[in-house]
Amino acid sequence: MERVVDPLAKKPSVLRSRSETIGFVVMVAALAIAPFVTYPLFVMQVMCFALFACAFNLLIGYVGLLSFGHALYFGWASYLSAYSAKAWGFPPEFAILTGTATAAVCGLVAGSLAIRRQGIYFAMITLALAQMMYFFALQAKFTGGEDGIQAVPRGHLFGVFDLKNTMTMYIVVLIIFILGFLFIYRVIHSPFGEVLKAIRENETRAISLGYKTDRYKLVAFVLSATLAGVAGATKAIVLQLASLTDVNWPMSGEVVLMTLVGGLGTIFGPVVGAYVILLMQFKLAPIGEWVLVIQGAIFVACVLLFRRGIIGEIANKLRIRL
Amino acid sequence: MFEIFGIPSTALFGQLLIGLINGSFYALLSLGLAVIFGMLNIINFSHGAQYMMGAFAAYLILQYSGLGYWPALIIAPILVGITGILVERFFLQWLYKLDHLYGLLLTFGLALIFEGVARNYFGSAGLPYTVPESLRGGQNLGFMFLPNYRAWVVVASLFVCFGTWFVIERTRLGAYLRAATENPTLVRAFGINVPRMITLTYGFGVALAAFAGVMAAPIYNVSPQMGAELIIVVFAVVVIGGMGSILGAIVTGFGLGVIEGLTKVFFPEASNTVIFVIMAIVLLVRPAGLFGRRA
Repeated sequence: MERVVDPLAKKPSVLRSRSETIGFVVMVAALAIAPFVTYPLFVMQVMCFALFACAFNLLIGYVGLLSFGHALYFGWASYLSAYSAKAWGFPPEFAILTGTATAAVCGLVAGSLAIRRQGIYFAMITLALAQMMYFFALQAKFTGGEDGIQAVPRGHLFGVFDLKNTMTMYIVVLIIFILGFLFIYRVIHSPFGEVLKAIRENETRAISLGYKTDRYKLVAFVLSATLAGVAGATKAIVLQLASLTDVNWPMSGEVVLMTLVGGLGTIFGPVVGAYVILLMQFKLAPIGEWVLVIQGAIFVACVLLFRRGIIGEIANKLRIRL
Repeated sequence: MFEIFGIPSTALFGQLLIGLINGSFYALLSLGLAVIFGMLNIINFSHGAQYMMGAFAAYLILQYSGLGYWPALIIAPILVGITGILVERFFLQWLYKLDHLYGLLLTFGLALIFEGVARNYFGSAGLPYTVPESLRGGQNLGFMFLPNYRAWVVVASLFVCFGTWFVIERTRLGAYLRAATENPTLVRAFGINVPRMITLTYGFGVALAAFAGVMAAPIYNVSPQMGAELIIVVFAVVVIGGMGSILGAIVTGFGLGVIEGLTKVFFPEASNTVIFVIMAIVLLVRPAGLFGRRA
């Protein structure tokens, strides 16, 4: 039989890789210039939240699972990273690893429970489990309750690089963010990622093709939780603080908002979304509680008017993949 | 006064009563969630905020018109129910063809707006709302003291819960509702205005939440964040009970409230988390929920 080659099918794939490469170069260049233009601490925070949102997006955008409890992994990683650095005197690399491992274990337990139900129940279960762990954090002695863990030492990375230096810290965070970002990109474009997308589109069909979808979903969940943990653990070292804010439900909502604003299921969307939301909180801090109202309004507007998000709309207009 | 398992009976029955009260709110709210989900296929995340709005409506009615608890118990749910109808007409109706998740996200956004507005105007501290004159005082039952108001809350919510169950399961209107849940297109073909039914269902579910809010006002303070944490617990209740059955939602709500109350007596540290732990166990043993049909 003659092999039918659709000439149009080839083009987008070339464009796709090119537009994504250009996007990546622009992003890295912006992050390289940023500390000289604006507050480095703010950009570091943006990178941590961007990685958090990318990790969350791996689930919602590519497996179609809405986790409404991602603060659990971010917050608990943040606590363990801060605690191990402060109380046990761990160097930053081990502190971050400790936090990440905590998130991975939490992700494994919570994920194996949550994937037992589909759709809307999945969101409610993840939210409820996160709330449970919030109460543990509230009552546990080591978290410091309402005070959190403050004045976490940044220490020396590998015993050599002094992270008290802002530029050194910045470069470390940048490297962690880029590695995390590329890892997620690799996962999405791997055969494993293709199966995840198949599950998103039609789970029943994926099952009929012989895929053990529960196992795929669990692995994706643990990956997402672990990367959220990397973000949370790094954030604890950067801001030298782990607090209840990181584990409470509004944080789970915030990461959903970041991803939604940037564009669900886009590579760069969560990064842009994290920047937009943090910038908004930073600029609007003086008006106090109205920030909550504005965030709510953005949710409503995104859901009703532009579900594709910022990057999704741009990609759609230019007919490229971003 | 006597002791049970080394616990004074007054403490035990006192916590049991608090458990029943919490259980009434769990039951009323999860019932509303289940009714709304059945018709709209949307998980109403703003349910907690609408419960809070009910309490604030009662407070404002008292402040500005001087009408007390009893009129507020009727007026507040109607007012909040009307806002629910507006929400459905302006926002939710555009989402029915989309994935369930968008309904959750939109109502989450609405919850943030409602809570944020309340915080701006009333601050985060709670406002007091007094128990109505006719329900002050209480009965000494010998083994415990039963405040009249708390007894009223349990009885009233049982009454409303079973009233709702009766309407949905035993009347013609309920039959239309159940039919429209199963197959809206066919029910429309019979000449029934399904979109209007959906709107009113949402309004009714929201009014139930507001009713619970008014009843909660004299027990807890009226505060902007009173609904936010409650709704997460109610989600866990809904996961445990499953949303397929009205009676299931009522039984699970009251049951879990009582279990939570007992936990407060025997193992106070776990009282915040016990419902979530039960949810985890139920997911392990019966993934579809206690009353759920397999999806």
